[in-house]
Amino acid sequence: MAVQTKTIKLTVTRYRPEQERAPVTQSYDVPYNEDWVVLDALQWIKDFEDGTLSFRWSCHMGICGSCGMMVNGTPKLTCAAFLRDYYPGEIRVEPLSNFPIIRDLVVNIDDFMQKLEEIKPYIIRADADTAPVGKGNEFRQAPEQVEDYHQFSMCINCMLCYAACPVYGMEPRFLGPAAIALAHRYNMDSRDEGRDQRMSFVASSEGIWECTFVGECSVVCPKHVDPAAAIQRTKLATTNDFFKSILMPWGNK
Amino acid sequence: MDNISHDILIIGGGLAGLRAATAAADEGMSVGLVSKVYPMRSHTVSAEGGAAAVVREDTNDTLQLHFEDTVKGSDFIADQNVVEYFVHEAPNELIQLEHWGCPWSREADGTVSVRAFGGMSVNRTLFAADKSGFHMLHAMFQTTLKFDRVHRYDEHFITKILVEDGVCRGVVAIDLRTGEFRMFTGKATILATGGCGRLWAFTTNAFINTGDGLGVAYRAGAPLSDMEFPQYHPTGLPGTGILITEAARGEGGYLINKDGDRFLKDYIPGRMELGPRDIISRAMMQEFEAGRGIQGHFGEHLLLDLRHLGEAKINEKLPFVRELAENYVGIDPVKAPIPVRPVVHYMMGGVRCDIDGQTPIAGLYAAGECAQEGLNGGNRLGSNSLTECLVFGRRTGHAAAQYAKGLGDRPVNNLTKLADEEERRIVARFFEDSSGDERVGLLRAELQQAMERNVGVYRTKEGLEQAKTDVQALQQRFKRVRLDDKSKVFNTELQAALELENLLDIAETVVEPAILREESRGSQARRDFPDRDDKKFLVHSMMFKTPDGPRVEWQESILEWPNAKLKEMVPVARQY
Repeated sequence: MAVQTKTIKLTVTRYRPEQERAPVTQSYDVPYNEDWVVLDALQWIKDFEDGTLSFRWSCHMGICGSCGMMVNGTPKLTCAAFLRDYYPGEIRVEPLSNFPIIRDLVVNIDDFMQKLEEIKPYIIRADADTAPVGKGNEFRQAPEQVEDYHQFSMCINCMLCYAACPVYGMEPRFLGPAAIALAHRYNMDSRDEGRDQRMSFVASSEGIWECTFVGECSVVCPKHVDPAAAIQRTKLATTNDFFKSILMPWGNK
Repeated sequence: MDNISHDILIIGGGLAGLRAATAAADEGMSVGLVSKVYPMRSHTVSAEGGAAAVVREDTNDTLQLHFEDTVKGSDFIADQNVVEYFVHEAPNELIQLEHWGCPWSREADGTVSVRAFGGMSVNRTLFAADKSGFHMLHAMFQTTLKFDRVHRYDEHFITKILVEDGVCRGVVAIDLRTGEFRMFTGKATILATGGCGRLWAFTTNAFINTGDGLGVAYRAGAPLSDMEFPQYHPTGLPGTGILITEAARGEGGYLINKDGDRFLKDYIPGRMELGPRDIISRAMMQEFEAGRGIQGHFGEHLLLDLRHLGEAKINEKLPFVRELAENYVGIDPVKAPIPVRPVVHYMMGGVRCDIDGQTPIAGLYAAGECAQEGLNGGNRLGSNSLTECLVFGRRTGHAAAQYAKGLGDRPVNNLTKLADEEERRIVARFFEDSSGDERVGLLRAELQQAMERNVGVYRTKEGLEQAKTDVQALQQRFKRVRLDDKSKVFNTELQAALELENLLDIAETVVEPAILREESRGSQARRDFPDRDDKKFLVHSMMFKTPDGPRVEWQESILEWPNAKLKEMVPVARQY
């Protein structure tokens, strides 16, 4: 008696700019394996069915941030989205929303890379490169001080929050959740002295003020960074700065 | 074809490549950083446990001890001058990265914490919980953004090193986004492309770890060295091979067999779970053979028991372990032990280079996992490799800059011709020739199975000869590969074919020296030659590419050197 092989249907966005004017969809029947994630299914298609399907992936353990896609309409790391959570239903795989598509499931993240650079995501202090190094020369930082920024340092740049953010979808100049969270991460780091430099950029109208606190960014974040909290705290801090600058102009050099 | 020119080219944007980039930029060099992925996607990101250096006053640690642990861990074929430099520079580099923002875990007084690690006789591994590689990579990458002299070329896949009159002049790369070929020229080129764990089916390595720098260097005439020594990490998750960090044992976890026994008492009682990886992996295989493994969904495994550590400590020190075990095997380590088995993790071998990262090809350097500068020998100690990336990334970047300063501009006419030929080769082979009938995915799977079957923890001459035959057959079949995808924009099938070409070339440099090294040392365990043979094999293998297959040269390990500051070690039986 023939063994009945279970399969699951994946419907995938295809866009090959050399051949299609606009994205279309293509469906594949993939062997169903309850240990597989969506990424395994895509890799099976590529290896054994259709080598023309393109997507990004690397670590397969939820830390490199390469494999974010829309899975049944929700931004997910496809290495952490198990087929068993959808079976026997079908799975729709699309490129991350709010980004231009380069090809198939590969999106263009130039905009984020630019914004990341603009928020100066590094320790700013005069002696960051020149302070003595080696045994005993660390900048001291108590565990509670690490806690102040640690959560916001967990961002893997996977872009799920941008795909979930309705504001970024309408106003691409908005800095967006991950970039703001990372700016906040450095602002909150006791070793850093660059807050003023960073805030002149972050506090501009396209920086944080566009955010309407939908909070979807924090819902979809696979690393619990909670960018919405970073945005809220940044707004509060900026407001405080503003009032201080009016009430105590001499104190804000 | 475009020619993009910088003083220094760096291939690979992981920890070693980024550190080399900042070091070269500090010397006033214009740096072109060429990487097949965005730098923050590099495999450094997956490292978990931490990075070793003598940084604390209160642990009775010394440079001599770190040196001795590393040399002994290498099973005595490390180059000891290189180890001496490494332990000396390690504290500088890890504290520099602290100044650059790395969120190391801390003590109450604000100093950096250290934890125990396998083969380290003193607690000396700095860590950022159990996402050390992630934090180190992001801190390093984000710091690189302030260096104006570092110019990134993300998602560019290199296919060839350009050598003219014996001198490395640059590389040819495909811009994945457009599919266009580009020539990169520089006065010096540094390979920092990582390892090749994807040679095997069961590996902790990312999909991108296909040894591209190793492949292009080998074809350009550089020797690949000590490739018979892949590291088997004791604790991979069955099925996926996902890494469960050694820090789980550093924090006190137990390895147990099906009888609930901490079986390492029978193998390495002096160190137990904190033994070096080669010895523990062998002990696990012997437990399987003795019938004390546990049959699971994905074959045999043993158990890593963290329950006695308690939820609070697991959450504080090992949160990622908990997340990975819950997500990928459905086990909460607070409540149940984690199934684990030995898994391919790291290449001790790489492109042969000296302490400056200089390879035998003038102008070509290597750093990080893709380099064999002499640090790791037959077995790397856990938490030495992240430090290695920084220490030798910096030194190599600096050395390449000094070399480049002595050179003027040179014409590129002839290079353009070589680069055009390379483009022609790839277009003709993969786009114009549709006569073949082999699939990239299938050949890769068969290669990985062949390596898995016969190039594992324990080896025999017969098995290795079979692997050699298998690899040769696959190399022949590769000539008949046909692509489905003939388009230019983000053609990941072409990339996969070129990666497979690299893997197939590298495979012979792993199998051949494993056959020739008729002894057991470090991670090479030969059933037919169970003893270490110091008379013949205190040497590094170096494999050179020839039309008739790999040619070997042996090079003596450096056991004494001028102006030593530490006391050298004479090889003795490796007992713990």
